[in-house]
Amino acid sequence: MRRELRALALGTGLIATGVAVAQTPAEILRGYESAARQASPAFGGFSAQRGETFFRSAHGGDWSCASCHTQSPVAAGRHAVTGKAIAPLAPAASPARFTDSARVEKWFNRNCNDVLRRACTPAEKGDVLAYLMSLKN
Amino acid sequence: MENDLKRNILDATVWSLGVFAVFMLVAHEAFAKDRQSAATNPTYKAECGSCHVAYAPALLSAGSWQAVLNGLDKHFGSNASVDAKSLTELRAFLDSNAGRDRRASTGTPDLRISETDWFRREHRKVPATTWRGAAVKSPANCAACHTGAESGDYSERGIRVPN
Repeated sequence: MRRELRALALGTGLIATGVAVAQTPAEILRGYESAARQASPAFGGFSAQRGETFFRSAHGGDWSCASCHTQSPVAAGRHAVTGKAIAPLAPAASPARFTDSARVEKWFNRNCNDVLRRACTPAEKGDVLAYLMSLKN
Repeated sequence: MENDLKRNILDATVWSLGVFAVFMLVAHEAFAKDRQSAATNPTYKAECGSCHVAYAPALLSAGSWQAVLNGLDKHFGSNASVDAKSLTELRAFLDSNAGRDRRASTGTPDLRISETDWFRREHRKVPATTWRGAAVKSPANCAACHTGAESGDYSERGIRVPN
């Protein structure tokens, strides 16, 4: 509980000041965990497997996360429209990934809208992050 | 005597041509540099250089850039929205670095750089099959042929058209 409070305080501080502090993917995952618990008391933890399914699904549209980040997120991706190279998404392959919660939120905000036409829930974000963190280079 | 005169005229011609060629080369490079100078603002580079190359601000008019910024949530089929602070910074940066010549503004705002007269003219010799090729896919994919695009280098030397 104290840890959660600390994470929450850190998160609030970050949002309030807009200062980027280096974080670890595990810390960012914990942030989504407390948010998911707050959204639903029945929340039973993240699942890397659920995250993988979510990552590969088209969710009723043309695109999935994998459209740009590939079916194997330890590999470099390519933007589906412009063809620009995208660094691998999994932290094992790109250590800079998931180390800045503001940046993570920005991209979830943009890309969830592109793929799902809605915002992702904290539970969905946590599942995807758990999946990405489970991948080995 | 007559031969000396001939030689002098020939020398002068060769020299003039040489100087003219060097001048043209320098002028072309300077022009290219201005038009395609690497984006220097870190916010611009981070926010507008992830999905595509951070295009040189001089490639569009100030009016076009403002129109682009006003529709970032529907940016050519993608959500490219930025937070309010970044948006203010991008507005100021693009406004002061936008293209000012006639080529950049055509009355109605051009939102696609690839639809400006300048872009069409520069790429008029590129066949349709090259544009459609898997390695290029889109005119937005500058780096497919301009190997130095990432660092703002669009010189002829850096062009490698994929097969």
